[in-house]
Amino acid sequence: MDFLRPATWEEALAAKAAHPEAVPIAGGTDLMVELNFGRRRPACLLDLGRIGELARWHREKGAVRLGAAVPYREIAAALGGPLPALAHAARAVGSPQIRNRGTVGGNLGTASPAGDAHPALLAAGAAVEAASVRGTRLIPVEEFFTGPRRNALAADELIRAVRIDPAGGPQEFAKVGTRNAMVVAVCSFALALDEAGRSVRTGIGSAAPTPRRAREAEEFLAGVLAEGGHWEDRRPPPPSAARRFAELAAAACAPIDDVRGSAAYRRHAVAVLARRTLDRTWTAYRGGERCA
Amino acid sequence: MRVNLTVNGRPAHAEGVWEGESLLYVLRERLGLFGTKNACEQGECGSCTVRLDGEPVCACLVAAGQAEGREVETVESLAGAAGLSAVQEAFAEAGAVQCGFCTPGLLMATDALLRREPRPAEAEIREALSGNLCRCTGYEQILSAVRLAAARRAEGAR
Ligand SMILES: Cc1cc2nc3c(=O)[nH]c(=O)nc-3n(C[C@H](O)[C@H](O)[C@H](O)COP(=O)(O)OP(=O)(O)OC[C@H]3O[C@@H](n4cnc5c(N)ncnc54)[C@H](O)[C@@H]3O)c2cc1C
Ligand code: FES
Ligand code: FES
Repeated sequence: MDFLRPATWEEALAAKAAHPEAVPIAGGTDLMVELNFGRRRPACLLDLGRIGELARWHREKGAVRLGAAVPYREIAAALGGPLPALAHAARAVGSPQIRNRGTVGGNLGTASPAGDAHPALLAAGAAVEAASVRGTRLIPVEEFFTGPRRNALAADELIRAVRIDPAGGPQEFAKVGTRNAMVVAVCSFALALDEAGRSVRTGIGSAAPTPRRAREAEEFLAGVLAEGGHWEDRRPPPPSAARRFAELAAAACAPIDDVRGSAAYRRHAVAVLARRTLDRTWTAYRGGERCA
Repeated sequence: MRVNLTVNGRPAHAEGVWEGESLLYVLRERLGLFGTKNACEQGECGSCTVRLDGEPVCACLVAAGQAEGREVETVESLAGAAGLSAVQEAFAEAGAVQCGFCTPGLLMATDALLRREPRPAEAEIREALSGNLCRCTGYEQILSAVRLAAARRAEGAR
């Protein structure tokens, strides 16, 4: 096995181009488990831990450019303002030890349907900045997941950053699991309200082969909010509309039965989370106390 | 490969390290520091908790090569010339140690918490220890130990 240790981003891209079989390692919280258990024996590891800029975030033309290797600890501590759903998801990951190492770049690299960052990134309308020596492309996050644990990266590409517009309204992330820490989501849901755009976006986790949006639910809710003048007078949408939104969110799922939960339970729980996050975001929109 | 790092304030190096090896393996099997425990090797139990450049992490999930040039502190760093640290004494006194396998990880997690937050609220204590499993104590004595250590530190005991 080789262990490549690029000191700069340019060196990392050159190394990945020269060794497309090299497996990047960031926090190692997914990859080391596979190595420890002999499930994977890559010919070459590419350590991204020396590249300082990868572990930093900054604002660029209003958007947050989140380096692929920023640990969850930092996201939770520093980005709750512009990226509330992602910061909330970051707080829900694993344990302090895992959050000190785990990264959004690694979450995307693994592309598990249960990855906690994914619903938040979908709801926030993020784009993945994929780079290689050939150049950089921006992949909308909903096009990034191509199958269970598969993503849109080419063999010579690395994730440089994720670009996320700051929240244009309240956002929520919610996750179902057996305890409050250290759980892979049974299912998860994120909701983002955009006041200026009069739009609604969602993300569903762990209830389909890939993380995905509930587009019909989004369109339905946006229609109700617009027609009822809710954005202007801030009255909550009627309970029947909230119920329908939840039904449509559940209908967007394509879950399976597994050790963590049955398909039927997942559908039900996604509906509950959809209603709950709608309730919380709208309460926040009205300027009231958050129920959370 | 060769890995050079600082362990408990002293330079250390290991030869012949396999590229896929963990920091945990290097600490125990190559540097002979057996305080850091190996139980699950999948980040679930926290018994391998060490501080890497000051932050508590699972040593089983850090590739050895990633620790090159970095500072690692293990449970062996806690006791000083004057004896056990306040956190260690509190664990012993509160009955937070039964078989002791989880203890090094919990000590490291507690030590990191109290450095960051000398007067942690109950929820902060639970949160800080949420990545550490104990199969013996039922956790109550561990929580008491953390409170005791915090109180002692607040008094400036040690
Ligand atoms: C105990 C435990 C609890 C966990 N709990 C959760 C949880 O609650 N929620 C959750 O979502 N996840 C959880 N995880 C999984 C894991 O922590 C996350 O998926 C994390 O985001 C992985 O990030 P990393 O930097 O550690 O990835 P790594 O393990 O370093 O890499 C993961 C994958 O991504 C690739 N990769 C990494 N960075 C890049 C890059 N920049 N470009 C291209 N590819 C890249 C790697 O090659 C690898 O295939 C848990 C893991 C453990 C061990
Ligand atoms: S051995 Fe590392 S967390 Fe269990
Ligand atoms: S004392 Fe035995 S595992 Fe905690």
